[in-house]
Amino acid sequence: MRRALSPISIAVIVAVAALVGLLAYGLSANEPDRAIEHAIAKGERKKAPGFDLPSLSGPGRASLAEMRGKVVVLNFWASWCVPCRKESPLLERWHRRITPRGGTVLGVDILDVSSDARAFAREFRLSYPMLRDKGGDTLDDFGVIAYPETFVIDRWGRIAATRRGPVDAAFLRRQVDPLLREGS
Amino acid sequence: MRRALLVAAVALLVLAPGAAACPRTSLGDLEDEVMCPVCGTPLNLAEEAPQAERERAFIQREVDRCRTKGQIKRALAAQYGERVLALPGDQQDDDLADVLVYVIPALAILLALIGVAVGASRWRRQREPASSNPPVASKRLDADMDRYDL
Repeated sequence: MRRALSPISIAVIVAVAALVGLLAYGLSANEPDRAIEHAIAKGERKKAPGFDLPSLSGPGRASLAEMRGKVVVLNFWASWCVPCRKESPLLERWHRRITPRGGTVLGVDILDVSSDARAFAREFRLSYPMLRDKGGDTLDDFGVIAYPETFVIDRWGRIAATRRGPVDAAFLRRQVDPLLREGS
Repeated sequence: MRRALLVAAVALLVLAPGAAACPRTSLGDLEDEVMCPVCGTPLNLAEEAPQAERERAFIQREVDRCRTKGQIKRALAAQYGERVLALPGDQQDDDLADVLVYVIPALAILLALIGVAVGASRWRRQREPASSNPPVASKRLDADMDRYDL
């Protein structure tokens, strides 16, 4: 004869199942969005998520849509990010190099104290436009998980390349120069 | 002379409590009530993250400026957004959600306890007839034994 499970056993089984389900949901929800990389791997250019953010240095806002027609090297950074210190001078050099050819570097400072961020920009004499995303709302849209991360966006607002981690000159040469030649 | 002493005494009485109240809070008091947004954990659990270190330095500066806990939390939210606030009641977005976040888990636990209690009592009642019937079983056993009686 089969013995029925006691209510306490059933409650324990349900609780364990709920816990496992919650754990699985948590793992899947924290999985970064890799849609951009997948599109690039297939040779496609996904439209860059739009944003409209305040300027880091003073009043005013700017949006990615306003940059349409330019090749944008979109760099997510923060003053507390150690690798950002290494790549910032390179980005500044590239900003000066690509500006006459219809390109720009666009920095987005994330999850940072604004005075620290401004001090960082002064220290490295960064002249490229800087926006501030204090709550990190754009991070999910771009699937940013590490700092810094850079997205190369073509003149039509589509993401052509991405780098998780600091960029180097070889990456910028390989990814930015061909885009500057497109449609110019 | 006496009047000057009196004025000084009054001034001391007025100013002393204010001076004694500074600092009004401490880094340790705030660390478990705010988040390290990059780590996704409360700040007191974020040991060596660079962002957490900067956040601690920011809080310490505000503590040294004699800010209250509430003022520092507002200053943190201005820098990092509302997500930096770990306690639901601190986020000034939706009062109903702030209440529900405490009420729903309490209700769930209460309902689960009621469910287990009701289930346990039913299960016990179902088992009782079987266990409270030994005379019938023993009579049947006696009858069986009698049949084998030589």
